[in-house]
Amino acid sequence: MTDITPFLKDLLTAPGLSGYEDPAAEIITAKWTPLVHEISRGRLGSLHGLRRGAGASPRPSIMVATHMDAIGLMVTGIADGFLRFTQVGGVDPRVLPGALVTVYATGVGKPQPIPGVVVQPQSQLLPPEIGLNPVPLEYLFVDTGLPPRKVADLVHVGDVISFAQPPFELSGGTITGHTLDNRVSVAALTVCLEELQSRPHIWDVWAVATTQEEIGTIGATSSTFELHPTIVIALDVTHAKGPGSSDWQTSPLGKGPTLCMGPNIHPVIHKAMKDLAERLEIPYGLEYAPRHTGTDGYATQVVAEGVPTLVMGIPLRYMHTPVEVVAIKDIQRAGRLVAEFIAGLTPDFMEKITWDD
Amino acid sequence: MKQLIQKLTETFSPSGFETVIREVIRKEIKPLTDEIRVDALGNLIARKGSKAKGGLKIMLAGHMDEIGLMATHIDENGFIRFTGLGGIRMTTLTGGRVRFMDGTPGVISSDRLFDLTKAPTLEQCFIDVGASSRKDCPVKVGDVCGFERPFLDLGNRMVAKSMDDRIGCAVMIETLRTLKTSPHELYFVFTTQEEVGLRGATTSAFGVDPDLGLSIDVTATGDTPKGSKMEVALGKGPAIKVKDGGMLADPRIVNWMIRTAEKAKIPYQREVLEGGTTDARAIQVARSGVPAGCLSVPTRYVHNPSEMVDTGDIQNSIKLLVALLSSPVDL
Amino acid sequence: MPTIGNAQLKLLEKLCNACAVCGDEGEVRKIVLDELKGHADDVRVDALGNVLVTRLGSGPSTPLRASRKRLKVMVSAHMDEVGFMLVADDGDGLFRFETVGGIDIRHLPGKAVLVGKDHLPGVIGVRPIHLTTTEERKQKIPLDALRIDIGPDSGKVKPGDRATFATRFQRNGPVLIAKALDDRFGVVILLELFKNAPANIDLQAAFTVQEEIGLRGAKVAAYAFNPDLAVVVDATPANDLPGWDGEENTSFNTKLGLGPAIYIADNDSFSDPRLVRHLSEIAQADGIPFQFRQPGSGGTDAGSIHMARSGIPSVSVSVPHRYSHTAASIARLDDWKNTLVLLHAALKRLNPEFLTSDRA
Repeated sequence: MTDITPFLKDLLTAPGLSGYEDPAAEIITAKWTPLVHEISRGRLGSLHGLRRGAGASPRPSIMVATHMDAIGLMVTGIADGFLRFTQVGGVDPRVLPGALVTVYATGVGKPQPIPGVVVQPQSQLLPPEIGLNPVPLEYLFVDTGLPPRKVADLVHVGDVISFAQPPFELSGGTITGHTLDNRVSVAALTVCLEELQSRPHIWDVWAVATTQEEIGTIGATSSTFELHPTIVIALDVTHAKGPGSSDWQTSPLGKGPTLCMGPNIHPVIHKAMKDLAERLEIPYGLEYAPRHTGTDGYATQVVAEGVPTLVMGIPLRYMHTPVEVVAIKDIQRAGRLVAEFIAGLTPDFMEKITWDD
Repeated sequence: MKQLIQKLTETFSPSGFETVIREVIRKEIKPLTDEIRVDALGNLIARKGSKAKGGLKIMLAGHMDEIGLMATHIDENGFIRFTGLGGIRMTTLTGGRVRFMDGTPGVISSDRLFDLTKAPTLEQCFIDVGASSRKDCPVKVGDVCGFERPFLDLGNRMVAKSMDDRIGCAVMIETLRTLKTSPHELYFVFTTQEEVGLRGATTSAFGVDPDLGLSIDVTATGDTPKGSKMEVALGKGPAIKVKDGGMLADPRIVNWMIRTAEKAKIPYQREVLEGGTTDARAIQVARSGVPAGCLSVPTRYVHNPSEMVDTGDIQNSIKLLVALLSSPVDL
Repeated sequence: MPTIGNAQLKLLEKLCNACAVCGDEGEVRKIVLDELKGHADDVRVDALGNVLVTRLGSGPSTPLRASRKRLKVMVSAHMDEVGFMLVADDGDGLFRFETVGGIDIRHLPGKAVLVGKDHLPGVIGVRPIHLTTTEERKQKIPLDALRIDIGPDSGKVKPGDRATFATRFQRNGPVLIAKALDDRFGVVILLELFKNAPANIDLQAAFTVQEEIGLRGAKVAAYAFNPDLAVVVDATPANDLPGWDGEENTSFNTKLGLGPAIYIADNDSFSDPRLVRHLSEIAQADGIPFQFRQPGSGGTDAGSIHMARSGIPSVSVSVPHRYSHTAASIARLDDWKNTLVLLHAALKRLNPEFLTSDRA
């Protein structure tokens, strides 16, 4: 298995906020082009890579959805050269003070990256009720250090701001940075595509890097409608056990991807994947989603006449912070498991997907 | 133009009950369009033109419905309890006047409030139409009413209830009147039930199946005393939406709108709205996805019976929409 | 002619006693499929587990706008009930659990439950009163402090299993006491309507899943069926208790004994006014008691169905019942019967011209 870390680090260094995913899409396109037969962008920007299967036409297809968009911030106003901002996707304001960011300024045409810092004004400059409590987002600023006139020329309301924390490896085969949610899954899907180079498969495979998952699974909904797959696997990150996160919703880091159970997941496909992991001795965990999974899979399941959906998770600590942590082994395990599942899909697999209770 | 805005804003058609406004608008646009139909949710869908070379199928959406109230119970003394249709601001209720679809006027008041510094809840309010018992009350459970305020022409500003989104409808109608040529197949869709969940836009977008979608709706401003920190202001031109509480406008559409405005020398503002969304959100996720954006009319006091717009902004909104639709779209 | 006799009572009992939490509707699905054998022209179970059945009409078709035949009418009821999912094994037979669907957690302490496909019994116990303080008893017990206790030998039970209240169906004269009347009433009515489908329409029946967690089954069922119009059969709360201050109860929603509740509007949809008129006029003409459900809150599968594709004219009709989403709901036989009679009459008297006028 090739080392996926260089590609992942490359991807983690690129911006690509929800709605503005082009920089990430370019990197993924370059990586996937030799691995697929066709590559294109959907109407809302999702990347669609097709690996044609060997089966007789018309072939069923499996779509693997991994979202490429990042959470971040957006400029809402400029006050004396300081930038006011709002969030794009779910950001806990408590991780912001002191965060390094990049402002993609459109004042002079094409977006120009400007380094900045998220700053928390001194207490005297804030409503007294805040005291020493966390400062709400609306009172924070991004400071680029540039003089106000320069900022007014360079920056516009609506410009996007991404986290600038560079990725790096921690001990024990783990990696940290921003937007591991969900670029590690894109990496896992890439591992899957690499595996499939040497494994024949009957079904068509749609490798899809979806857009705008963080603000409403927009890309997944439209890509599923357009591609009309037979089955969807939504590969996303899930909460790993860690400081302050030890409850039933969390899974151990580095002990394999999780297979989710609940109304969002087709129980027969879940069982097929679980049995496969057992057979291949790939470590995995079980995850319970009583109502919804908070992933692209929640949208894909109810597109058009409905699509049988499976949700798989890669355990990740500190989700939605600039210092998310994932075990690289889990990325490879997820990629391999999905590849083996695809390779094992027979032409009559769908007849077995019955609700024989 | 002002007469049209007055006519539209003074019509009563709360969410779900848009029959009256639909007929008012139909009369205005019939001579200007090629084909009109009404779908299962009551949306008014009007086609103008067909696709020429370089043309697209473009859907424009402005919602016909307004926020209002629906009677839930008539008590034994003829007082009417109600629920809200769309985002009702509690602070606008007490002392307000309403008008039911059959013309019955009423006054809103509330149970005795022990804390006069707080607005009442919806459950604490009632409408009094002057009846003395359930039997002689002309209003039945399920009847709907809108807030009543007359249109005010202040010269450079106009005030009315339901500028949200009758002003959007007015901009669309005036655009239809002004537009000379277009390479596009245009669908002017006057949608229903936006205020309760973008329902009309959802079904009409599926039916029209456009290449590109644009909603014409109101947006808030940040130019009132101790108001929200928002850069949009009255009098600075139509706002080109970048983001709101429900969606991100397609950046290709944002750029197309900005280029067009600059080329035609029309003033414009970039808009990020922190709360609220428009029909564009529903259009964006129709079928395989539709690149979508929004042309916003800056409006003070949204969801208040006295919403205020700038006359120049309206004229520039029409100019911008005409400019956008007159030429091929270069995304 | 559809009727409510012993067979229907036994069927409702079987349905209410079955356990089918959102996403795990198999037990009810099996009963439905068995009941429909021989009655349907087409039977399908879709990607989410909805049961979609069609029964074509017969007799002369009337042209509608020169290209249409019989109306395609979709009727639907949801098979799922609110309940629980076990999420962690604490050992010693104690399991952490989450609610599935809207349940007021103040209803949980001290209840008996049934766990898993084998209906293994369990209890939700609480700290005994002797060991609590007065202050403590004023506080709600949070969900994460509750456990389902199935006894020390937990071998067969595991996280992921679903659980429901253990209430068994009872009939006492005109009164029914059971769990999951929401929406087993709808299911049993739909089965009876389907078996007695009138000849003037093509009837598409959807026994949907996952209504309680977001009207999800109905969304894809409506897309697949693409009907001309839809009637949703559900069960709705009757909050017709006396108020604490002796004042008139102005937010009762519906009342027991007043018959089927026709929806004008709820939180998720406006009923098509043409369908509301059709139902109320037939009820009046035939002397069937009925009520209008108070508008505003709540939702049914119509919320999803009416927005499918280019929109589908829809209406909901519900059987009133008290104490929805709790261990024990209470309803009246007559309300069930009148709902069935009204719906059958309404379907029978639909004609293809019904939708020619614009929605108004």
